[in-house]
Amino acid sequence: MIRLLSVRLLQAILVMVAVTAIAFIMFRFVGDPVASMVREGATQAEKDALRAALGLDRSIPVQFVHFVGQVLTGNLGTSFRYQQPVTDLLLNRLPATLELVVVATVLSLAIGIPLGVLSALKPHALLSRLTQSATLVGISMPTFVTGLLLILVFAVNLRWLPSSGRGDLVDLGLWQTGFLTLSGLKSLILPSITLALFQLTLIMRLVRSEMIDVLSSDYIRFAFARGLPKSYIYSKLALRNALMPVVTVTGLQIGQLIAFAIVTETVFQWPGMGLLFTNAVGYPDIPVLSAYLLFVGFLFVFINMIVDILYTFIDPRLRTK
Amino acid sequence: MAMARQSLLHRLPPVSVMIAFLILAVMLVLVIFAPMIAPMDPRDVSSYSLMDMEIPPAFMDGGDPRFLLGTDNQGRDLVSVILFGLRISVLIGIGAVLFAAALGVMLGLVAGYFGGVVDSVVMRIADVLVSFPTILVALLISGIARAQLGTDMVLTWAPVILIFAISVNEWVQYARTVRASTMVEVSRDYVRAAKVIGLPSGRIMVRHILPNVMSSVMVIATINLAGAILTEATLSFLGAGMPPTYPSLGTLIRIGNQFLFSGLWWIAVMPAAVLVILVLAVNVVGDYLRDRFNPKLMAR
Repeated sequence: MIRLLSVRLLQAILVMVAVTAIAFIMFRFVGDPVASMVREGATQAEKDALRAALGLDRSIPVQFVHFVGQVLTGNLGTSFRYQQPVTDLLLNRLPATLELVVVATVLSLAIGIPLGVLSALKPHALLSRLTQSATLVGISMPTFVTGLLLILVFAVNLRWLPSSGRGDLVDLGLWQTGFLTLSGLKSLILPSITLALFQLTLIMRLVRSEMIDVLSSDYIRFAFARGLPKSYIYSKLALRNALMPVVTVTGLQIGQLIAFAIVTETVFQWPGMGLLFTNAVGYPDIPVLSAYLLFVGFLFVFINMIVDILYTFIDPRLRTK
Repeated sequence: MAMARQSLLHRLPPVSVMIAFLILAVMLVLVIFAPMIAPMDPRDVSSYSLMDMEIPPAFMDGGDPRFLLGTDNQGRDLVSVILFGLRISVLIGIGAVLFAAALGVMLGLVAGYFGGVVDSVVMRIADVLVSFPTILVALLISGIARAQLGTDMVLTWAPVILIFAISVNEWVQYARTVRASTMVEVSRDYVRAAKVIGLPSGRIMVRHILPNVMSSVMVIATINLAGAILTEATLSFLGAGMPPTYPSLGTLIRIGNQFLFSGLWWIAVMPAAVLVILVLAVNVVGDYLRDRFNPKLMAR
């Protein structure tokens, strides 16, 4: 297990180095940082002074080492557009994105796992057949179209729910939450459903196929032969093993989740990191783009490690090896 | 007799697949002959008038039989706008798939044939790339292109940038599959014989190995086409794709999105419906082809 984890760690470091190098190249070579930061009508001397102040006149390897040092201390440069430190911008937007992503993931697990189990245990029940055909359409429906239709029905026609923003927020010091107000919760409904739907189909299909596999295995048949109660067999013996791949896939889907969070946040004008990113693409605000890349790279590597560790807890076989 | 008939029926694709094929065929004809079929040319300002703006679809109250799906905020016929948009979406989707396949096949062949350091380098780059979702990478490239080329250049070269941005991540799948098959083929006698008689490596790869790995490439390409069209639509919807002057379906939905609250839902919903039907049809056909040509499933 230690060998497995150390190989993973090495891969993680490799990915992080590659991502940092790409972020550095973007930061340093795309566009001219000096031209974007200097005031209009600046003289050549002023530009040179800024260039020297930013350390852009030094050799490339030295600059890269400096860049890595800056990143490690949490300094990701200044946004061209907002003239604020990018780290502050990202941290301000982080709560919005996290709340959305967490609610969406909980929703998709809470609905996806029971529906998946149901359609495995009773494949001919009406609800199972309905969900089976619904997933086919769900897969072909782009996230932004789902969001658009939800807005059209629930915000424009029925006027039940808001279509954009986070509603009223409660300031908890470092964290601004929408969980504590009615308008905050109402604003959360449509975006989180939109984001949950694409994961939901995946989780449902996965749980269903895993459950069918597990139920036909010998140990389950023996458990039935021993006369163990059905509920015990299904929930304790079968579901536990069927959930193994769900943990991995939910973890590996984090990249997809980030991508779809970008789309969802833009559709609902949800003031999170994804919306910051799409706006930065249009501007174009290179420091924000490269910082976002670094953040996503780090997050991805981190989640992958967590999934590996979780795996060893769920599967006792990995612990002894 | 009855047996023969049954097996023949069995070989025919299921009804859903045939409907999907039919939809794709119709769409292909519409896309190719769009300038002749479309009631008007959306790019020709003289062909439409502001008098006709915001007319609902013909089947609704206040609809006009001249405009089957209604008109947009500038009085343009939605059928025509969507036909030209569909054309751009399909072209970029096919372009992205072709470019990604060409790049992936080439790198996969080289990695599988030579092995060693070349193989490690190509495959590690692939590993890092696939850690990032296609949309994220494509958005980044779009942003970089804007900063590097300026907005005017980006608008002119939008299709090329889009094809490149979508392919950057998508070649990995082809490369992995082709590499695996190539490694098997390299140890076969016919490749060894070709090496012994001193054929150059490039010729062996293209003329001898490539034809044997091509069928799996075709299947991946069909399945990825739906994804490429969706990615393009998403990018255009986010404002990082085709400009409003040459709108794809995604751009049209983006434009329509602004009129959602004015009750003009059809401007966004009509192109969205066409997009979903297109993607659904490609998905159904792609799944069928995968099951049909997957050697693992065929053995069963």
